[in-house]
This record gives sequence, structure tokens and C-alpha cells, in this order.
Amino acid sequence: MSTSTEERSDTRTRHLGDTESLGTWAILRRGLTLSPELGRGFSITLALALVATLGQVLVPIAVQQTTDKGILAAGGPDVGLVLRLVIVVGLAVLLTSVASYAVNLRLFRSSESGLATLRIKGFRQIHDLSMLTQNAERRGSLVSRVTSDVDQISKFVQSSGLTLIISSAQILIATALMLFYSPELTGVVWVCFVPLFLLLRKFQARIGRAYLAVRERVGDMLGAVSESVVGATTIRAYGVEDRTAERIDVAVEAHRRAAITAQVRTVSAFVSGQVVAGVTTIAALGVGTILAAHGRLTIGELVAFLFLVNLFTQPVQTATENLNELQNAVAGWRRVIGLIDTPADVPDPGEGGVDLPPGPVRVQLQDVGFAYPGGAAVLHDIDLDITPGSRVAIVGETGSGKTTIGKLLTRLMDPLTGSVLLSGVDVRRIRFSSLRSRVVLVPQEGFLFDASLLENVRFARPGVSEDEVLLAFATLGLGDWLDGLPGGLATAVGQRGESLSAGERQLVALVRAYLTEPDLLLLDEATSAVDPATEVRIQRALERLAAGRTSIAIAHRLSTAEAADEVVVVDRGRIVQRGAHEELVADKGSVYARMHASWSAQSS
Amino acid sequence: MPAPVAPSTARAFGPALRIIGVGFRREPRPLAVAVLGSFVYGVMTVFTARVIGHLVGTIVTPAVRVHQITSAQIWTIVWELGIVVLLNAIGVVCRRVGAGMAYYNLIAHYRRQVTRQYLRLPLAWHHRHPSGQLLSNANADVEATWSIFQPLPLALGVVVMLVVGVVEMLRIDVWLALIGVLVFPTLFAVNAVFRSKMSPRATRAQQLRGEVSEVAHESIEAALVVKAMGREEQETERFAERTNELRGAAIEVGRVMGIFEPVIDAIPTFGTLAVLAVGTARVQAGDLSAADVVQVAYLFALLAFPVRSFGWVLAGLPVTLVGWTRIDNVLSAQGSMAYGDRALPADGSGALSMRAVDFSYEGGGTSDLSSKDSASVGGAQVLHGVDLDLAGGSLTAVVGPTGSGKSTLTNVALRLVDPDSGEVLVDDVRLADVRRHGIPAAATLVSQETFLFDDTVRGNVTLGGPYDDADVDRALRIAQARDFVDALTDGLDTRVGERGATLSGGQRQRIALARAVIRSPHLLVLDDATSAVDPTVEVAILDGLRAEAQRRGSRSTTLVVAYRLSTISLADTVVYVERGRVVDTGTHAELMDRCAPYARIVSAYADDAQDRADAKAAAGQDVQPVDAR
Ligand SMILES: Nc1ncnc2c1ncn2[C@@H]1O[C@H](COP(=O)(O)OP(=O)(O)O)[C@@H](O)[C@H]1O
Ligand SMILES: Nc1ncnc2c1ncn2[C@@H]1O[C@H](COP(=O)(O)OP(=O)(O)O)[C@@H](O)[C@H]1O
Ligand SMILES: [Mg+2]
Ligand SMILES: [Mg+2]
Repeated sequence: MSTSTEERSDTRTRHLGDTESLGTWAILRRGLTLSPELGRGFSITLALALVATLGQVLVPIAVQQTTDKGILAAGGPDVGLVLRLVIVVGLAVLLTSVASYAVNLRLFRSSESGLATLRIKGFRQIHDLSMLTQNAERRGSLVSRVTSDVDQISKFVQSSGLTLIISSAQILIATALMLFYSPELTGVVWVCFVPLFLLLRKFQARIGRAYLAVRERVGDMLGAVSESVVGATTIRAYGVEDRTAERIDVAVEAHRRAAITAQVRTVSAFVSGQVVAGVTTIAALGVGTILAAHGRLTIGELVAFLFLVNLFTQPVQTATENLNELQNAVAGWRRVIGLIDTPADVPDPGEGGVDLPPGPVRVQLQDVGFAYPGGAAVLHDIDLDITPGSRVAIVGETGSGKTTIGKLLTRLMDPLTGSVLLSGVDVRRIRFSSLRSRVVLVPQEGFLFDASLLENVRFARPGVSEDEVLLAFATLGLGDWLDGLPGGLATAVGQRGESLSAGERQLVALVRAYLTEPDLLLLDEATSAVDPATEVRIQRALERLAAGRTSIAIAHRLSTAEAADEVVVVDRGRIVQRGAHEELVADKGSVYARMHASWSAQSS
Repeated sequence: MPAPVAPSTARAFGPALRIIGVGFRREPRPLAVAVLGSFVYGVMTVFTARVIGHLVGTIVTPAVRVHQITSAQIWTIVWELGIVVLLNAIGVVCRRVGAGMAYYNLIAHYRRQVTRQYLRLPLAWHHRHPSGQLLSNANADVEATWSIFQPLPLALGVVVMLVVGVVEMLRIDVWLALIGVLVFPTLFAVNAVFRSKMSPRATRAQQLRGEVSEVAHESIEAALVVKAMGREEQETERFAERTNELRGAAIEVGRVMGIFEPVIDAIPTFGTLAVLAVGTARVQAGDLSAADVVQVAYLFALLAFPVRSFGWVLAGLPVTLVGWTRIDNVLSAQGSMAYGDRALPADGSGALSMRAVDFSYEGGGTSDLSSKDSASVGGAQVLHGVDLDLAGGSLTAVVGPTGSGKSTLTNVALRLVDPDSGEVLVDDVRLADVRRHGIPAAATLVSQETFLFDDTVRGNVTLGGPYDDADVDRALRIAQARDFVDALTDGLDTRVGERGATLSGGQRQRIALARAVIRSPHLLVLDDATSAVDPTVEVAILDGLRAEAQRRGSRSTTLVVAYRLSTISLADTVVYVERGRVVDTGTHAELMDRCAPYARIVSAYADDAQDRADAKAAAGQDVQPVDAR
């Protein structure tokens, strides 16, 4: 990322934070504040977990006692003593099992509750981010922050986290007991293991890199696979099935290789641990026999020691895997926290704000300048004053900045310089609850949900009655079209509206806008795929709706401009002309006159 | 859509075994290595206990008794245990690397198969299946099917381990072996009960996890609309509802796990205690030595954990079955297009005719991959008896209201979909008789919704065809895309991103046009392909197309779906469609005369302008005189 002074002055968020600067502890602390349920009662869970761990060392103790005091007892094997011992230990095992049950349940409860909270917070935050920040990210990567990243954390908290705690406790308790039986042998065990502890870090870094590569390859592969589905029409029309298949093969193969590399690294780390564990057992048995021969150790103690070595090596062997999970969880946490801690740069003033004054909206842009983050300026010194209740058309070439103006007016973005006023109030001070219900933008691509037509329309106004919806269709002159659909309002539109034609999807978006009855309606090429007769009909209906309200239409079909009270011509980020259609056409050689000439050449 | 319910473990057993068989046939070598490695691991794990028992009996105990140990004895300890440790490690490496390779090879293979099938199956099949489901089929379902191969080799090794272990115990003492024979089957049974309780809960949690992700996906893709309409709260509630359901389901999983995990942990422990008690009695009876008891106890400790792998395999079976069912339904989906062996004439002029073409999208909207394809439920008919005749070298415009079937018609014209009845001919060859890839060689479509590959500009224009940079350049110029492409950082080599995300709508359309132009097709079909392009640019594009046709001196046929009069007035013939029927065909002038709905659409703008001018004039007379021109 470049850090020229010009860009540094642009403080708007470009990408979501990765909270790269925060260390693991800081992330865990922040994570706990965001999901307080995780911390609640944790000390009790921890205490129970320690009790559960004690269950693990009961067996070696029982073996030692049985061997030394039972079987090898001075007066021959003492069955009674062993029986008593077995019963006591058995009861203790029962107790630790109950503790273990409680630990599991408590962990699932607190982690699932805490993570549900985190998911919902993250999801809400995605919608609260400004449009620019949303667009700077791949959609899939936003989704993963509230899905797989959180799953990663939950997986860790529920299994590996507990395992890590129990393992650490197990290592400590095993070490303590080993020290009790034989400090010398304990030294031997630790000497064998120290190199592994040192290597572990290195292994873990290598494994971490390998899994990072796998994640990247997964992204590429999913992208390639999705082309075969989303591009189905184009692929068939051009007969490029084989080429597409090759592209997929390359991505699939890259993923396979990366995954196998990661697997091999994981296995080599695990097996190294296993070999070290084996060597430790050999050393312990060898040295232990020498010690026992010199009377420094009983056979029972030596055998118990071997059990303890097993208890000690097991967690160390699985540590690579659990530490890996820890790393993944922290990375996931980092991403979710990065999302949640990204400041919403187009914030809702909320309680501190004001409502948009009632009545038709007056729109003012004062000295507005805008640049997309990291890009050149696209709007320069825009000054505009739209009379309340008028119909305005904004025209201009593709890329001249029309959509950008529309997004500033509806406060999907804030201007870099200057200000936008609605009915005399700076938009930044208007509460979203008021702004969004009274100022509506209909973009070119109106998104449809995988539901019925009715539910899609209701999205604009939850709870609106079916009759009202039918009336809206009729008023917009879409009654015939609706009747032609197999299921009427109950027709399923498919994912993203796949089962409707492109123009029909725009019709649905227009009905939505109609139902919200906004005081300021902004159509951004909202009828580009609709036939002219329907377009004109809808336009007329919207005008009737907008009578006494302000409406702004962005269009490259100049018919819209001819019908407007006022036309605003944008060229390369500046307003170059404004006035009534007739006036502008009369200005020979002007941008508008030129556009109009080529439009009329086409339409008459 | 009803989500597939995972079958119970018992019901899944037989079919899942067959799927495992498929996996073994596909990847015999890595799986053989994995299973053999696992056997070695299983035997060596038991032998660890045996060698330790043996060493304690033959070396440690005597050494303690005589208070003396020789270096030869130490060496015996080192090499006997060393061999066991080494072989065990080799076994583990073979098992895990083999299983990993088999798994990743299998998912790579089936991903390729599934996507091949996506590419092979006709568009009609794609219309029936939501794209989200197809993507998750190639991803999650493929993984779910073969994930069984991660624990399976281990479980097979554990079988060997148990057999050897029990033999070992029998060798030592029948009574102690009896404890083993009781404990391990109990452990297995408890595991089975555990899994049967667990499976439905785990499946439910998994399914909810999928739903949460679906809601998130959809809602985030709709972000702009959500924001523009201020629906953040409503969407958050929708998401929260699913998330809270997931939380409940996951806690249920935790509850079952909380009960069974300690039980499964405790059983071998009780076994060990029993061994100690019984063992002491047997030693007292003089039938056993201390070392024997220790060895069996150690064996219990070693075997306890691996036995869990049965649980993992049992849990995996229903998952495998559900995943496979979906994959198999894709792989065995019928209804691929039948191709003939004819080619379209190389010197053809692209004359197109349609005879009594009917077409319907299949009803029910979409179907689930978990059930076998029930083709043709009989949905809404979109085209009704369409007859068309486009003379070679002619330009025909198709005009009709939104949703009247124009895009569908263009798809039928290029045999992207087959009509229910009737036939389509290009240059007098029935499209159904043309060989595979024969149609794209001569006829090209620029569809209404632009699709670009995540490739360079050049790659998107040539699509791997044999065109040089001069060809690409000319095509871009005709499509009016030269200037903006030159301005891109890497020119022709600029990558356009996922679906062309780095370009504007108008820019994407022009690249798509260049892609068609470069192929100099005999039949060119443009479906509202300039909707996002400015009028000035559009005029330039149409002029370029005409000049190019003249330059080549070839006769090529063009079919355009258009509303703009400039385009329509170029057309030799205009076809007016409404509700999937050809209502009238003729020249623009003829249709203006006799086809009222056509006239209404085409002159809608002019009429509207006139109406407004009249209204304005009427209003204006009262207020101020206007400069009427
Ligand atoms: N999200 C974005 N990021 C960077 N640049 C953008 C973005 N959206 C638009 N632009 C650029 O801003 C300029 C104005 O775009 P826009 O307002 O969409 O134009 P119009 O709507 O008039 O076609 C164009 O040069 C375009 O490339
Ligand atoms: N994939 C699909 N599944 C079901 N119905 C569809 C699908 N695509 C289009 N339709 C329906 O077929 C009719 C014609 O669509 P289309 O040919 O795209 O219309 P046009 O291009 O004329 O606007 C519409 O009513 C539309 O709802
Ligand atoms: Mg725009
Ligand atoms: Mg269409």
C-alpha cells in the first residue's frame, strides 16, 4: 500500500482491519470482551478441568501401588489391599468423569453462546460498513468472517482449547509425579524432550505457512469452479467447455498439491514427536533399570514411571496439532475482530441526529468533491440545488460520475469535501431510520432473494398486505405481466432471481421502490433492461406517485431527460449544463446537444 | 427447500461400504500403503507393551534382584524397543500420508468429474438447479463423501491391533484376556450407541451451519439493496434467528458428547483396575508374574485411545452417504444433448429458420440434488409455435415486451437449449444434427447478462482461439473498447478480476462484444448487448459491425434483440413477439402500420415526448410563451 501524503490524508477505510498489530493475548482479551459469555464462570470450568485431569494420573498410581504394595508385597501378593485400592481409585475415576461431563457441557454452552453473539455482531457490522468498504472486499471473504472464521474459533474452544489446558495440566502433574518417583529419571525425560519443544515452533511455522497456501488455493479453486456454473450460457455459446475444464483442472491440481504438502508437514511433525516419545521411553527404561539395579527405584515405581512418560508424551505429540488449531482460531478471531473494530465511516448519527424535515425534499450539493479511495478525483466542485417537488434527470457519458452523485445524495458514501444537504440539513446529521425510509435509491441491479415474488416485494415494506402489493403492480401497469406468471405473487424467483428475465428483475425492484412511497426517489438506470412502453408507463406512474415529491432519474435513455423539469448534464465529474431540456438542446455544440443528436438519430 | 436428512448409521452401513469400495478401486496404491502402514502400526502398538513386559521380566526384575546390570542388557533394551518404535513410526507415516494422498486425490478427481459434468450437461439442467447448490456440491459434498478415508485406515489398523492384543492377552492369561474381551466390545458398543445418538444432532448442526452461511451469503450479496432500503435490522434478525438455532443445536451436540466422552474414557480405566485386581489374585495363585500383569495393564492404556477411531468411522458413514448421493445424482444426470455429426457449411451465410418451436422452462423452479432428477415436471411454456425465417445475410430485429421470451428465443436459436418440439435450422442444417462444438464455430451469441472470466482482457476476447494481437485489436476497436483497454495498467494483459469486477458494466459489455466480433460468425445474435453503453458509443459500434461485414465481403446474418429505433431501422425484417408468440413479421414500416402493440413499444419515447410537449405547451400558454421549435 502506498503512503503518499495525498493518500494518507484520506482517512477513509479502504480495507477491513486485520488487527495485525495486536498480539495473541490482545486478540484473546478483545475476543473475551466481545463475547462476555466465554469468560463467564471460566474459573469454575478450569477448576473442574483440573479435577478431570487428575483422573488421568490415577491409573499410574494404582499400577505402582499394586505392583509394590500388592503383588510384590513382603508377605506375598495382598489381594485385599489391591481390592480396596481398586475400589477407591474406581470411585475417584467416577468423580473425575462427572467433572469431565460438566466441563464439556459448560464449554459448549459458553462458547456457543459467546460465538453466536460474535457472529451476530459481525454480521450487523458488515451491513453497517460503508458501501466502499463492503466493495473493497470479496463477498466470500466477508461471509467467511461470520461463518468459517467463527467455526474455527468454536472448534478450538470446544476441543483443542480444552485439550491444550488439560494437556498442560497433564504435563505439569505428570512432571510433579515423576519428580516424586525419581528426579533423575525426570531429568532424563526432559532432556529428551527439550529439543522437540524447540523444534515445535519451527514445525508450527512451516505447517502454518502450508495451510495458508491451502486456503489461498481453495479460494482460487472455488473461483474457477464457479465459472463453470455462473458462466454456463457463455461457455456453451462459445464452445469453450474444454478450455474452462483445463482452467479448473489447473486450480484443482494446485489445491491438491498444496493440501498434500500441508498433510506431509503435519505428519512429519507428529511422527517426530512420536519418535522422541519412543526414545524417551527407551531412555527412561534403560536409565531406570540402572537406577533400580542400584536400589534407587522400585520396580513398581519404574513401571509407574513408564505410564507417566506415556502421559507426558501424549500431549506433547498432539501439541503441534492443537497449537495449529490455536493459531487458526487466533487468525479467525483476528479477522472477526478486525471486522468489528473497523470504524463505520458512514455512521448513523442515531440518537444525536435529527429526522429529515417533513414534506418534499430539497437537495443541495455544496462544493462537493469525491474520489474513490486510492483513486483520482471523480467529482469536482459540484454545486447543485434541486427544488423540492421537482423532477430532475441526470445525464452524461458512462463513467462521468452520475452514479457517484446518486450515492452521495442517498448517503451510501460521504463526500470528501463539501457537503450534501437534504431540506437544509446536512445528511450526516440525519438519522438513518428517517433517511432510509424517506430517501430511496433504486440501483440498476436490484437484488432478489431466493423466495417468492411477494416476499421479495415485501422486503421494501414488511407487513404490507397482498392487496396493496397487487394494487402496486396494477398501478405501475404491471398487472398483465403478473397475471402471465405461472404462480402470480407466489412465483418463486430462484436464487438471485435466476428464474426471471433481466428486465423482470428490474420490474420487481421498481415495485419495491413504489411501495416505500419515498419523499426523494432516485432511479439509477433502473429501467435499462425494460422495454420502452413499459418503461414509459412505469415512469408515468412513478411521476404520479412523486407528484409533490422530489425525484431524480439517472438515465442514458434521453427520453427521461425530455420529460424532466430540469436536466443536469455531468461530464468528467463536473456539472457542465443544467436547465430545461429545450434550453439545453438549443445550445448548439454543447455536450447535451451532442448526446441528444445521437439519441434522436436512434429513436426516431 | 427440504434439506436431506442423514440416514441412521445402521441404514448407511451397506451403501457406505459400496462407496468405500469405489474409493479403493480409484486409489488402490495410496490406500494399500495406508492400510498396510496402519497394520504395522497396530501390531507395533501391541508389541510395545509386549516388549516392555518382556524387558521388565527378563532384564529389569533380574537386574534389581542381583543389584547389577550389564551393558549388554542395556543394549537389549535399546534395540528391542528401538525397533518397535521405529517400525511404529514408519507405520504411522505410511498410514497418514497414504490416507491423506488418497483423500486429496479422490476429492480432486471427483471435483474434476463433477465440474466436467456441469460443463457437459445442457443449460436446461442448469436452469433447474440453483447455482449455490451446484457450487457446494463441487466443494462440500465432494469433501464430505471422501472424508471417511481419513480415519478409515486407522480403524482398520485398530482391528488388527485388537486381534493381536487379545491374542497377546490370551497368551499371558485367560482370565485377564477375558477382561479385555469384555472391555473392548463394550467400548465398541458404547461408541456405536454414542454415534447413533450423535449423528442426527451433528447432522442437524451441520445443516444449520450451512443455512447460517447461506443467509449470510445472500444478505451480504444484497448489501447495497439492504443499505439503500435501510433493512439492516431486519436482515440482522433473520441472521440472528438462524444463528441462535445453530447455537441450540451445537449445545445439544455438546451435551451428548459431554456424557459419552467421559464414559468412553472411563471404560478402559475400569478395565485396567480390573486387570490389577484379578492379576494380583492370579499372581497369588502362582499362575502369573508381576511383569505379566503390568504388560496387560499397559496394553489397556495403549489401546484405549485408538479404539475411538471406530467412532469416527461410524460417524462418517452417513455423511459419506449423503455426499455421495448428491455427487452421484450429478454424475449420473441424464439429458445431455445428443449431437449429430454434421458441420455447418464453412461458406454458409447463417440463414436461420425456426419451425413451430415450443419451449418451456421446467416447473417447480429448481430441484434438489439429493433426489434423483425428475426431468420435465411441465412448467410454464415460454415459446409457443415460433416460426422464423432469417434470410442469409439479413439483419433481423426482435422486439417485444419485457419477459416475452426474447432471450429464450436467442438461446433456442443457438441450441443452448432444445425446444420441446419443433426444429431450428441454420444454413438448412438441423441444429440437432450438428456435431458437438459445430454451432459455436459458426454462430455466436452476446447475451444480455455479460459474463467475463477471471482472466486477462486478451484471454476474455480470444477464449484460447487462434487469434493474434492484431485480430484482438481490431475486434476491440469495432466494439469501441480499444481506448479504455489501452488506458488499463497492463493493456491487453490486465486481469479483469472475478466476473470482470474491475470493469464497469458498459466496459464489460464491450469486451463481450469484441469476443463475438473476433470470431467473424456467420450468424451473430445480440441480446440487448449494448444496454449499458451510451447512445453515441452504440452508434459507433453498429457502424463498426457494418463496416467489418463489408470489409470481409461475407454475407453474415444478424439477429438483434433491440428497442432502439436506430438499430431497428437498420433491420431488413422486424419480428414482434408477445407472450412467447410471434405476433407479426415484416419491415419496420409495415409493422408500424398494422401492429399496434409494436408501434406502441417502438414509438413509446417519441409519443411520450409528444404528450409532454403538448401538456407543457398547454400549461405554458397560460404562463409564458415557449420557444417552440
Ligand atoms: N467502486 C469504485 N472504485 C473505484 N472507482 C470507481 C468506483 N466506482 C466508480 N468508479 C469510477 O468513478 C468514475 C465515475 O463512475 P460512476 O459514478 O459510476 O459513473 P456513471 O454512473 O456516470 O457511469 C468512473 O471513472 C469509475 O471508473
Ligand atoms: N431460468 C428460468 N427458469 C424459469 N423461468 C424462466 C427462466 N428464465 C426466464 N424465465 C421466464 O421465461 C419468460 C421469458 O423470459 P426471457 O426470454 O428472459 O424474456 P425477455 O428476454 O423477453 O425479457 C419470463 O416470463 C421469465 O420469467
Ligand atoms: Mg452509473
Ligand atoms: Mg431478455
